[in-house]
Amino acid sequence: MDKFAIVMEDVVKNFEDVTAVNHVSLHVASGELFGLLGPNGAGKTTTVNMLCGLLKPTSGSVFVGGYDVQKENVKVKELIGVCPQETATYPYLTGIENIELFGNLYTLDRKTLSARRDMLLEKMGLAQDAKRKVEKYSGGMKRRLSIILALIHNPQIIFLDEPTIGMDPQSRRAVWDFMQELKREGKTIFLTTHYMEEAEILCDRVGIIDYGKLIAVDAPKKLISKYGVANLEEVFIKLTGRKIREEV
Amino acid sequence: MKFQRVKALTSKEIKKTIREPAVLFMIFLFPIVFVLAFGMSFGGLGGSTQPVYALGVVNMDQQNTANYTLHFIDALSATKILSVQIYVDNQTAQDDLSQGKVQAVMLIPDGFSQSLVSYNAVPDDPSQWVNVTVSLYLDKGSIVATQAIPPIIQQVLDTFTNQDRQTVLTPVSLQIASYVETKQTSAFEFMAPGMFTFASIFLIMMVAQSFTQDRENGMMKRIRTTPTTPTEFMTSQIISYMLIALIQAVLVFAAIHLIGFKPNVDFSAYALAFVFVLIFSLSNVGFGLITATVAKTSNAATGLSFLFVLPQLFLGTFVGASLSSAAQTASKFVPSYYVTDALTSLFLRGAHVTSQTVLFDFATVTASCILILAAGIILYAKYYRI
Repeated sequence: MDKFAIVMEDVVKNFEDVTAVNHVSLHVASGELFGLLGPNGAGKTTTVNMLCGLLKPTSGSVFVGGYDVQKENVKVKELIGVCPQETATYPYLTGIENIELFGNLYTLDRKTLSARRDMLLEKMGLAQDAKRKVEKYSGGMKRRLSIILALIHNPQIIFLDEPTIGMDPQSRRAVWDFMQELKREGKTIFLTTHYMEEAEILCDRVGIIDYGKLIAVDAPKKLISKYGVANLEEVFIKLTGRKIREEV
Repeated sequence: MKFQRVKALTSKEIKKTIREPAVLFMIFLFPIVFVLAFGMSFGGLGGSTQPVYALGVVNMDQQNTANYTLHFIDALSATKILSVQIYVDNQTAQDDLSQGKVQAVMLIPDGFSQSLVSYNAVPDDPSQWVNVTVSLYLDKGSIVATQAIPPIIQQVLDTFTNQDRQTVLTPVSLQIASYVETKQTSAFEFMAPGMFTFASIFLIMMVAQSFTQDRENGMMKRIRTTPTTPTEFMTSQIISYMLIALIQAVLVFAAIHLIGFKPNVDFSAYALAFVFVLIFSLSNVGFGLITATVAKTSNAATGLSFLFVLPQLFLGTFVGASLSSAAQTASKFVPSYYVTDALTSLFLRGAHVTSQTVLFDFATVTASCILILAAGIILYAKYYRI
């Protein structure tokens, strides 16, 4: 894989008269765990959607795994795993059926699918409930299942859009541990969150986005040190004059 | 195209239909409950007595050489669902109709026999035929009569024009005798072919709801992040709904059979009937996609789907047995009309699977359903990426 797993060059995305992403340039190295921070409506999900090929940028270029997302969409889709902000799962299927459906969409062979399914269910603490219909799951369980769906095909580049939102502290901690394990395996992880603690603990670097503009990019400790504050929350206040979660 | 993906998505869609109570009811239980309830009302289920409708006939035909009129009246009487009363003048017949003594009056026009003679002389050259119109006056106060009598008369009339062109024509009197349905026929049986069509129409609502729900809960977007191609996705949807339509048809047919609809036709007629239902399901997927394109939410999709469900229902199934002339013209523009017409020809008129009528219906249904499906896919893909 290229040195950079994700490259955005002067990307703009307009929705009619609203500029959701405003001239964003960003390089994420292969194997890096990068966090994009910002309040709701800052442009985080729009950025992820452009990186996954779901949205076409108004201008600028987006490369994932060395492939132009617009021109080589199929190659990109084979490389990436996406956990969207919504807990997008089929409620009338069981946990196992949801996982197997997505494994088949990635054309995994039966043996690989079975092994990955069991490993991920165990890691995410869903093995006991795997045969229950998803409509019976709690919000946190659905979110953990959603992460499994994104990882079933062992992707090299992983997009996690607010993956721990609404999770209890124990589940959140389990997901954090798993993300760190993925990083150790050399996966590139692009995480969006508005949990500052999550970003500080997990991310090699973070980017702070506000009103579509990327206003700071660096390692959490460097940003804290640069602005002479105690944590990332205060970095955000220093940069924008607002608390990140006021608008949540 | 990867079959593994198509199979997985098809299996998902079938599981949804089976596991979601509302979908299961609308797709499978509602048509069966409806058929059984209808059968109890109009058919032989539950040992109900056969209704008989009083039909006044005014014979104005002056033809003496080949008296088709008498054979026609005999054929109507032979159905045993009509009690024919002959009137010498129209005024008396109309008076009796207005007083409820008969439920319908039929005027056999002068030239009726001549018309059939001209048809039999050159059955394949309509320009040589003498055209006449049989007028029918119905008791507006009797919903049952207005629904049941016109298709019965139409069926008997059809036997005189020999719907099955594969059969060699024989002398008129013998030919009529061989085609007239002499067994006791219920109003339910006349409407049974339309019930096959009826069940499948509700797929429109299911398809529209399925697509809008998957949009609302983010599944459509999520599938687009996988390597699944639009062709694979749409193929899985079409296969799913064709399978559902097939299961529906089998269940509805079993229910109709249980009530007593047992047409004396060979296997090819049954096979073709199911092929018609399968092809018809394509148009329902198409209409469902058009609905899903317009509707922003699944609730809106449910309501909007009736814009397509109702015309198909009222113009193209048993519901439209006594349509106004304007509605009859409009019915020519809905695919369900041709499905019901073909099934009626196959099951009630005894038409062969390769008869002109059936082949024309088959060509019309196939062409229109493919066009509607294509329109649905194009429209949906234009506004929502698949």
